[in-house]
Amino acid sequence: MAEQAKMQVSDEVAISIQNMNKWYGTFHVLRDIDLTVQRGERIVICGPSGSGKSTLIRCINALEEHQKGSIEVDGTLLSSDLKNIDKIRSEVGMCFQHFNLFPHLSILENLTLAPIWVRKTPKKEAEELAMHYLEKVKIPDQANKYPGQLSGGQQQRVAIARSLCMQPRIMLFDEPTSALDPEMIKEVLDTMIELAEEGMTMLCDTHEMGFARQVANRVIFMDEGQIVEQNEPEEFFNNPQSPRTQLFLSQILGH
Amino acid sequence: MSDVSANAVGFVRTETVPQSAPPSNAAGPAKWVKDNLFAGVGNSILTILAFIAIYLILAKIMPWILNGVWDAPTLSACREVLDGATGGCFAVISERWNQLLFGFKYPSDLYWRPALAFAMLFLAAAPVLFFDLPRKLLVFTGLYPFIAFWLIWGGPVYYPIMALVGFVVAFKVFERLEKQNFALALGAGVLGAAIVWYLGTMIGPDDAARKAGSLFAAGLEPVPSRDLGGFMLNMMLGVTCVSLSLPLGIALALGRQSSMPFIKYICVIFIEFIRGVPLITLLFVASVMLSYFFPPGTGVDLFIRVVIMITLFSAAYIAEVIRGGLAALPKGQYEAADSLGLNYAQATRLIILPQALKISIPGIVNIAVGLFKDTTLVSVISMFDIVGMIRGPILASTDWNGVYWELFSFAAVLFFVVCYGISQYSQWLERRLATDHR
Repeated sequence: MAEQAKMQVSDEVAISIQNMNKWYGTFHVLRDIDLTVQRGERIVICGPSGSGKSTLIRCINALEEHQKGSIEVDGTLLSSDLKNIDKIRSEVGMCFQHFNLFPHLSILENLTLAPIWVRKTPKKEAEELAMHYLEKVKIPDQANKYPGQLSGGQQQRVAIARSLCMQPRIMLFDEPTSALDPEMIKEVLDTMIELAEEGMTMLCDTHEMGFARQVANRVIFMDEGQIVEQNEPEEFFNNPQSPRTQLFLSQILGH
Repeated sequence: MSDVSANAVGFVRTETVPQSAPPSNAAGPAKWVKDNLFAGVGNSILTILAFIAIYLILAKIMPWILNGVWDAPTLSACREVLDGATGGCFAVISERWNQLLFGFKYPSDLYWRPALAFAMLFLAAAPVLFFDLPRKLLVFTGLYPFIAFWLIWGGPVYYPIMALVGFVVAFKVFERLEKQNFALALGAGVLGAAIVWYLGTMIGPDDAARKAGSLFAAGLEPVPSRDLGGFMLNMMLGVTCVSLSLPLGIALALGRQSSMPFIKYICVIFIEFIRGVPLITLLFVASVMLSYFFPPGTGVDLFIRVVIMITLFSAAYIAEVIRGGLAALPKGQYEAADSLGLNYAQATRLIILPQALKISIPGIVNIAVGLFKDTTLVSVISMFDIVGMIRGPILASTDWNGVYWELFSFAAVLFFVVCYGISQYSQWLERRLATDHR
């Protein structure tokens, strides 16, 4: 399956990051990041906490501002122009570690909100779309409940469906399974694998190395705000080059 | 169940223990009394002391209420009827109820007008307070301020209609231009309304037309602001100021969070200044000094000046309460809204405010109740609200000089009914909005 999926990668560039730098105050969080993502590519970013992997993902849809270098998403250059930012955000879906569903709205309302207000989709059409994606993540029966009534795994699947309702061309995942119980991690990963098989361009910051092996066509290792190593998963896990990567892998795969 | 002996380490459960009812001695009224009233020696003593205290209080108050005199022309007549026995002279309330409710100058044959406006208030407030009702009822809510104004103050029907037209023009202009530029649309809307009102006042019916009885000047008999009074005045001030200060407070709270320093500091300075000044000084400013700020000759009504001051005062407090609600929202909510491509106005209206306001309900209600009771402060700037009526015309009259308890108890009951109603509503609202299932 992984082989078949890898063939879907096209030459078209989805995300192009060049010489990007970011500071928090005087702290240099991201240093000289260069990364090009092909359409259909699935990239897993790993690294110790504080290495800047989450910040990198959040820079791509301008949740965090970068101070130097350029980020281009689907041919749109990310600048301080609000119109460009809104355009990129409506084409890039994002899932958060803590799901960030809207607790005052029902599941269905969570899903239809952005299509109705941003895409100006008629309400009925938006609801059909929402039910379609809820079926896809296998929880259509929860449509009229509120986020607080769902388990963590279900909430994360709703969050994925909420992003998909905007029919994004790229999906960003910021530690999507870190806040979940082991039993629920699988149901979320299954949903993500399904997405990957459909050829969605994905960037995922995660500690799930099994997922990286199975789904990614490229694994990126970050440390101290820099990309230290990137390679195909087989090579990356079996034959890591940098000593920092070797140490990291031995620590997380060692038990 | 499988046999578990002391030295067997392995254990496998083969059947599930079924759910069963709790034992009978764990429930029932006798158990409640024992647990809550007579749980121990100390607890029993406190219970008995509390019962004695309640008895002593009621033993004093009940004869005063039950033995009260409801029909007497003066205080001395009332005391004669009582003939030394304990009892309240509630006759002052049945004698002067109209003054307590409407003030001493409002024409008594026109009492039906404010009474009707009061009854319609419930109809107008219903769709706002109970949002499950059909949204079309909000049309009446929008018309209500103009109807209530016309009913209470009277005068030609022309003026409230012109005021309404001004608002409609402002809204239409704003709606048209909103897509291009929010600030431009707002300015143009305000300008549009100002033009309508200016022209409307210029060509409005003058005294001559009124005397001639032309259809243009048709309307109700006018009642000037200084003739308003009693509890009616408290209700008018309370309802107007609460409904105006809530939107203003939201705007101030959002402004204080703004990334634009100019807007931010205007809001901060305004809030900090108003909160640092006692309401009573603001009311004196309203009654004495505020007219300096209006163009000479316009003579803005004292009622409006007081409304402006109370509204600004409570808006500053409400802004701080809402800021607390905004601060309580996790940053993830802003990020999720952003990541979906919602713009600032959409994110604020659909995601941020509904949650922040829900958190702020107890604080907002606290301020609304406080504001409503603070409307009695207008009695010190010689407006005859219910407290002003009691301390002024009623206690000063020779008939009723000296009836304090009965009058102030009556005022307290009226305020209690309204404030308790607000409190109950807010508790219902919190339950109704509880969707987080914590």
